[in-house]
Amino acid sequence: MNFLLEPLTYQFMQRGLLASVIVGVLCAVMGTYVVLRGLAFLGDAMAHAILPGVAIAYLFGGNLLVGAGAAAIIVALSIGLFSRQGAVKEDTAIGILFAAALSLGVALISSMQTYAVDLSHILFGNVLGVSPSDLWMIAGLSFAILLTVGLLFKPFLVISFDPVLAATLRLPAELLRNLMLVLLALTVVVSLQTVGVSLAAAMLVTPAATAYLLTRRLWPMMLVSALIGALSSIIGLYLSYYFNIVSGSAIVLTATLFFLLAFLWKRTKSI
Amino acid sequence: MTHTPHRLEIENASIGYGEKIVMRGLSFQVPHGARVAVVGPNGAGKSTLFKALVGILPLHSGRILIHGELLGAHKDCVAYIPQREDVDWRFPVTVSDVVMMGRFGQMGWFSRPSKMDKQLVQKSMEQMGIADLADHSIGQLSGGQQQRAFLARAIAQEPHILLMDEPFTGVDMTTQEATLNLLDHLRNQHVTAIVSTHDLNLAASRFDLVLLLNHKLIAFGAPQEVFVKENLAQAFGNSLLVMENGMMLVDECCPPAEQFTNRD
Repeated sequence: MNFLLEPLTYQFMQRGLLASVIVGVLCAVMGTYVVLRGLAFLGDAMAHAILPGVAIAYLFGGNLLVGAGAAAIIVALSIGLFSRQGAVKEDTAIGILFAAALSLGVALISSMQTYAVDLSHILFGNVLGVSPSDLWMIAGLSFAILLTVGLLFKPFLVISFDPVLAATLRLPAELLRNLMLVLLALTVVVSLQTVGVSLAAAMLVTPAATAYLLTRRLWPMMLVSALIGALSSIIGLYLSYYFNIVSGSAIVLTATLFFLLAFLWKRTKSI
Repeated sequence: MTHTPHRLEIENASIGYGEKIVMRGLSFQVPHGARVAVVGPNGAGKSTLFKALVGILPLHSGRILIHGELLGAHKDCVAYIPQREDVDWRFPVTVSDVVMMGRFGQMGWFSRPSKMDKQLVQKSMEQMGIADLADHSIGQLSGGQQQRAFLARAIAQEPHILLMDEPFTGVDMTTQEATLNLLDHLRNQHVTAIVSTHDLNLAASRFDLVLLLNHKLIAFGAPQEVFVKENLAQAFGNSLLVMENGMMLVDECCPPAEQFTNRD
């Protein structure tokens, strides 16, 4: 028992744990759409694309989340601009912007004095550095995103499963698709602090893919995914505390372990 | 069914993708409750017409009226059975989930299914003979069962117009029979059915009206008026074969080069 309680005697650990559980659940729920709609590449790109925004905010001492949010919106709009009217295919536009934004981000960060430490915080997260105000921001944004997903459960289900039905039911499909991308961008921004940009994409995909193997309906898939996201965050954080490894890596590796277990279970069941 | 006049009208519609127009100057009227077969060679614009009727493809010109009002004025009066390629069969939904989606338009986007919605879903599944599969994943079903699940969804939707794109292609006999039975049932409920098919004999024997297309309207009317040699030659060119006993065959495996260039 002491083993579990000891880390929690530190306030920064309490905040870190809360933040990573919230982010774990949020990423896992949004991740179901990422997995089902084949948006993994976009999620990955978006996570890296916010790097320059974060770097600029960092350089000028601004709020990292605001910088990340601005960058995410600029990149999302640019993808639309470059791929509009088929100038280039959408995944090509994503690939170009993804690489450019990542390079710009690294270039900006490499100009800083404390290059190595800062870069690793941005890339892999610094969950133990979550301030009380960060925690409020994370909790508030996550609540808003999850509430939206809950309210729009049926419209999102229909546009994802059967776009033609969406059309016959006169759903504003274009608007809903864009809203989903905005929610995805916000999710990446919120995950920044705990798992970092390069691992946010993994948290979007891995728990949801695990849940996909274990469930047959969307609602249970979301719940199982959220549970795996939360458990991975808790277990990962304890591993990080006791073995002194980067928290973001520990969380993602735990989630990957869950995926492997589910994969093996599914394989043995189908034989 | 309180709307009058009960009909579907297409007025001088041109439909296409971007700048490319696939269907030009199409005009026809379907009386309420009629059963229409849409026939024509591959790439003649059958699916394009369906996409315009459900409102996915905007019209270049002309208009579509349902019950005398512009398409989209009524929310849930058009149901559509999608082609197999258009559905993500690995999506985590059960058969009853799929059928329940047919009720979404009427139950409202933020409310839970009522008792009546659930009963209607159950009845629709029973009618299509898939009630025992209600809790199966849609991906586990055979092709025919999957189509029947979508037919059940269309029933649950209680549409005025039902659109089916190639429901007789590549399905087992049970499903083909279930589909035809459903068409009979819908006729009793005065639902207009518009069905595209490659099977000219089925179109001639089981439908009230035939719409013959090849990038434009070639003929529209009762099967015996539409299926005359001149019309068929105009639509299918030399890929049509009329047997001595009156049986018609369309050779679609190797469309002539000229048709090939017209394909979308």
